[in-house]
Amino acid sequence: MSRVKRWLPGLLLVTPSIIAIAVFVYGMLGWNFKLAMTDQHDEISEGEFVGLTNFFSIWEQERWGISVRHAIVFTLVFVGGALVLGWLLAFLMEKGIRGEGGFRAIYLFPMAISFVATGVVWRWLMNSGQDAQAVGLNRLFDGLGLGFLQNEWYRGQDWGMAAMAIPAIWQMSGYVMALYLAGFRGVPEELREAARVDGCKEWQVYRHIVFPFLRPVTLSALIILGHISLKVFDLIVSVSGKQIITDVPAVFMWVAVFDAHDPAKGATIAAYIVLTVAVFVVPYLVWNARREKRS
Amino acid sequence: MRRRWMSAVAVTVAGVLSLSACGGGGDANGTGGQTAKKQVEVFSWWTGPGEADGLKAMREIFEKQNPNLTFFDAAVAGGSGDKARALLSSKLQANQPPDTFQGHAGAELQGYIKGGKLEPLNSLYDELKLKDVFPQQLVDQITYEGNVYSVPVNIHRSNVLWFNPKVLKDAGVAGAPKTIEEFITDLQAVKKTGKIPLSIGSEWTAVHLLESVLLGSLGTDAYNALWVKGADWSGPAVTKALNDFGTIMSFTGAPQDDWQPAAKQVADGAAAFNIMGDWAYGYFHNSPDGGLGKTSKRDFDWAASPGTDGTFLWLSDSFTLPKGAPNKDGALAWLKVAASKEGQDAFNPKKGSIPARKDADKSLYKDYLEWDLGQWANDKLAGSIQHGVVANDAWKTAITEAVGLFLQSKDPAKLQAALVEAATANNQ
Repeated sequence: MSRVKRWLPGLLLVTPSIIAIAVFVYGMLGWNFKLAMTDQHDEISEGEFVGLTNFFSIWEQERWGISVRHAIVFTLVFVGGALVLGWLLAFLMEKGIRGEGGFRAIYLFPMAISFVATGVVWRWLMNSGQDAQAVGLNRLFDGLGLGFLQNEWYRGQDWGMAAMAIPAIWQMSGYVMALYLAGFRGVPEELREAARVDGCKEWQVYRHIVFPFLRPVTLSALIILGHISLKVFDLIVSVSGKQIITDVPAVFMWVAVFDAHDPAKGATIAAYIVLTVAVFVVPYLVWNARREKRS
Repeated sequence: MRRRWMSAVAVTVAGVLSLSACGGGGDANGTGGQTAKKQVEVFSWWTGPGEADGLKAMREIFEKQNPNLTFFDAAVAGGSGDKARALLSSKLQANQPPDTFQGHAGAELQGYIKGGKLEPLNSLYDELKLKDVFPQQLVDQITYEGNVYSVPVNIHRSNVLWFNPKVLKDAGVAGAPKTIEEFITDLQAVKKTGKIPLSIGSEWTAVHLLESVLLGSLGTDAYNALWVKGADWSGPAVTKALNDFGTIMSFTGAPQDDWQPAAKQVADGAAAFNIMGDWAYGYFHNSPDGGLGKTSKRDFDWAASPGTDGTFLWLSDSFTLPKGAPNKDGALAWLKVAASKEGQDAFNPKKGSIPARKDADKSLYKDYLEWDLGQWANDKLAGSIQHGVVANDAWKTAITEAVGLFLQSKDPAKLQAALVEAATANNQ
């Protein structure tokens, strides 16, 4: 009896959330994969099981290739940019400069804004009009006599998605800074002292003591930014809508489901997005679990 | 200190709880009470300058005629309704329809009809004798398997060439081009002056341009034949039309965010031409709080888009009755206003369109709209692609995708291959 008393209340407490997650997360995921393996290409027909046909045939579509390439460019620029910028900000603030709290708040604020609001503002800032038609950043460059810096931003065919990553970097680098700052602060002062006593120059202290401590932070940041980036939808839609020039898998999925009314195709794209994110997240979870077991 | 915080939180929570309790009670009373106003949710994409004014005018009539109903404006921004329709799809799939929603008359509604999402409106048509007041061709188009599912409020023209007379004069262009060839010559002339020859908006405005170029290059009968079952898109005439489209696209300026900024470039004298539906007129002409306040014939002018004189590339906004509308009577009351002469005559002059009814008061339609009414009466008819008359959703999405890919590749041959594929996959 007393044993039951020990585990039952706890179980009762988590049961609703277990059921909810089972149904709404894993149940829906399963349903999505099932739909992706049918040929239900309109909303009325029932759809027969066709195995992995949809998963292969989608690679024959030019648009899919473009959206995958866009997602890769966006991810590389966004994750790389946010990591470097966030690290740099944290590095500059690490020494405990005056007014650090204020700076921290300023850099963190963009994170409080939704991607949609960010997108609306940056759509204007990154307007592709130039010279006489320039608004936003191009106008600023033009006015400052830096007209050569004007460019077509997200409308550029090859590197448009790199421009699209700028608002995302702006939004998330403050968060990365906070992560890194915590990492920097987690380095025991004694270790630094010891290194200095042993004759390390200041840059050597960083090179051999501080940076190795930041590796787990980098990994966490990479995972968090990576999965945001691969699923990105709201930012793209609020900057450019669903145009092919900025197409990514999530936008393509939206078009397949809600415009073309092709549920199986949409489910296939959704399945690919989930799988790609899983490639990022699952190894991290495994690694995390192992580390916890060790300590 | 902490205790004070706790008590503050407790008071706030208690306040929120009691407020929500009141809210719940209020609703319960509202549905039972006699004097309470019932809400009618009208879903549209009329939020832009001009179109929102028209909706407001119709809403005022509705509220005057139905004092016991309140109009709830569920409009979603975005030209051509592409964002609104995406939201609508998810609402309909969840079986939470608005009381009535806007839809383009024609093939666009077929998906909803086949999916069993719409109620037939035959009895409303009989009650109001609408078959006598709407043009026969329009009624034929919106009849599906013997039933009518929507009430057309207006007629729009898609194939309008808007231009800035002063920019044309500076470029030495005598007047609106009559053919595609003349158009290309004129675009070249404007380009030499350093102005934008042809302004363009986001991706859908390129599809809009394509339908005018297809019609202008192919001619009306060949264009209409493209939408007949088993039509051939691979012929040399289509190749030529798409090559023309490619040439014309090479004269476009930097793509704008939507159609309004693109049209504004013409009004401001930054660009010479813009091909856009006649909703642009309201935007050009209406007073500065809802439009640009420009004077027609001086600041801007129009003509049938090149090669399409004598053909009316039409589209029509209509309202529907979804199955399971929460307030069916309210929706029917709205549809009656939308179908009425008074409602259409209030809406259309503001929106910049002409009424679907034949008995409208002609004196209300001035300037562009007077020209438009005259054309509608005499022209041959062809249906719009982008605005849902001739191609159903899947086909239209495939065409939009082909045009989007073309904007990147600039390869007309690839565009044609994609259009042939879209037609074979969807033309049934």
